[in-house]
Amino acid sequence: MTEFCVALFYSNSHALRAEKLAKKAGFKVKVIPTPRHLSSDCGFALRCDEDDVPAIQGIMDGDSVEYDRIEKVG
Amino acid sequence: MIYFDNAATSWPKPEGVIEAMAAFSREVGANPGRAGHRMSVEAGRIVNDARDAVAELLHVNDPLRVVLGSNATEALNLAIFGLLGSGDHVVTSGMEHNSVMRPLRQLEAIGVELTVVECAADGSMDPYDVDAAIRQETRLVVLNHASNVVGTLLPVSDVGAICRENDALLLVDAAQTAGTHPVHMDDDNIDLIAFTGHKGMMGPQGTGGLVIGERVNIADLRPLKHGGTGSRSELEVQPDFLPDRYESGTMNTIGLAGLIAGIEYVLQKGVEAIREHESSLLARFIDGARTIPGATLYGPMDTARQTATTSLNIDGLSQSEAGLMLDEEHNIMSRVGLHCSPSAHRTLGTFPDGTVRFGFGLFNTAEEIDISLEALENMAEGARTSGGGR
Repeated sequence: MTEFCVALFYSNSHALRAEKLAKKAGFKVKVIPTPRHLSSDCGFALRCDEDDVPAIQGIMDGDSVEYDRIEKVG
Repeated sequence: MIYFDNAATSWPKPEGVIEAMAAFSREVGANPGRAGHRMSVEAGRIVNDARDAVAELLHVNDPLRVVLGSNATEALNLAIFGLLGSGDHVVTSGMEHNSVMRPLRQLEAIGVELTVVECAADGSMDPYDVDAAIRQETRLVVLNHASNVVGTLLPVSDVGAICRENDALLLVDAAQTAGTHPVHMDDDNIDLIAFTGHKGMMGPQGTGGLVIGERVNIADLRPLKHGGTGSRSELEVQPDFLPDRYESGTMNTIGLAGLIAGIEYVLQKGVEAIREHESSLLARFIDGARTIPGATLYGPMDTARQTATTSLNIDGLSQSEAGLMLDEEHNIMSRVGLHCSPSAHRTLGTFPDGTVRFGFGLFNTAEEIDISLEALENMAEGARTSGGGR
């Protein structure tokens, strides 16, 4: 079974930019409401496969996308 | 009907702009980036796609440095009031719109020092005059990329280089150029670009924004508005990151949907091709108008040194009479008076009466230019034979 991770952002604009860049690179990602237990924020988070985390992190670091952290979810 | 008021608002809009706005109303319609449901995510994507489109048109490397808002006036207010405080010195030109002059005059009252660099009678500026005006405490230089009255292009790139040597920032008002003349954030040494969507970018009214370059320290740029951003909702203070710090309140998402389509249309046509078309119309107009007895033209009258906006007066006819005759008798939409730019009209020598302005656009034709020249010729002749009586 695939394990999921969630990337948390400070800004929804950055979350959506990350989504666009990751999709463009061929990764399966989904914008979801930020899980309440991870943050009190009302905004977006980006869900991705655990295996893709290093590559997606690389994409975000290579652009100007700022993110808080990436957490593993159930 | 002949529409020559493109310097105020471009019209008509490409069909794709209208379709995109209708599609947003019918199919998306939700609040951008505030909730996690798919309609909100889609609306948020539109906002970010608008950033990407603006970044592509203005050659901005990082779309997240594009702050979206209502128009260039709001963006200029954000930059000017956000950066300047008592004891700072600011430099501007003698060709500015009131969207620059009024905020600066307002700041003078709280102790900001202002130097207005004089321009030549055709609106042109020597960049070395800016160099001479810059002092130790100069924080900002604000320049019109092109005049809204006579189209004169100002030497932003040279002034930008001077700003960099002197540790000052350059804010460019690109209201008249974005979409119709190349604007290049890096090559032109620009630190902040104020743009509006409803002119050369071919979008609807109520769209615009400020591009914030990397030389601007975000902590030094106070927001104009504070409020909800859909981020860091646990905090009762404004976020300190781009673009949220400057984007409080629900966006004009429907307008941005239209703006994306407008910019896509411009990019597909090509800014250079648009400029070429508009320049050919301007050249045709100038060639004809300068031979009309009693007509006085203002500005460079040189397509290489201006946008496709020009101004004239006719002996014996007030600006308001001329504008009304053009509208009612000839179906030509012009804009008369001071064009919200008393400072520029003082430079041109046309204050306080103003001028009759013609702002040519992407959808105008050579035939429309010829019709307007004939109308102006008749009006000038009528004014002469009636003894010039107002």
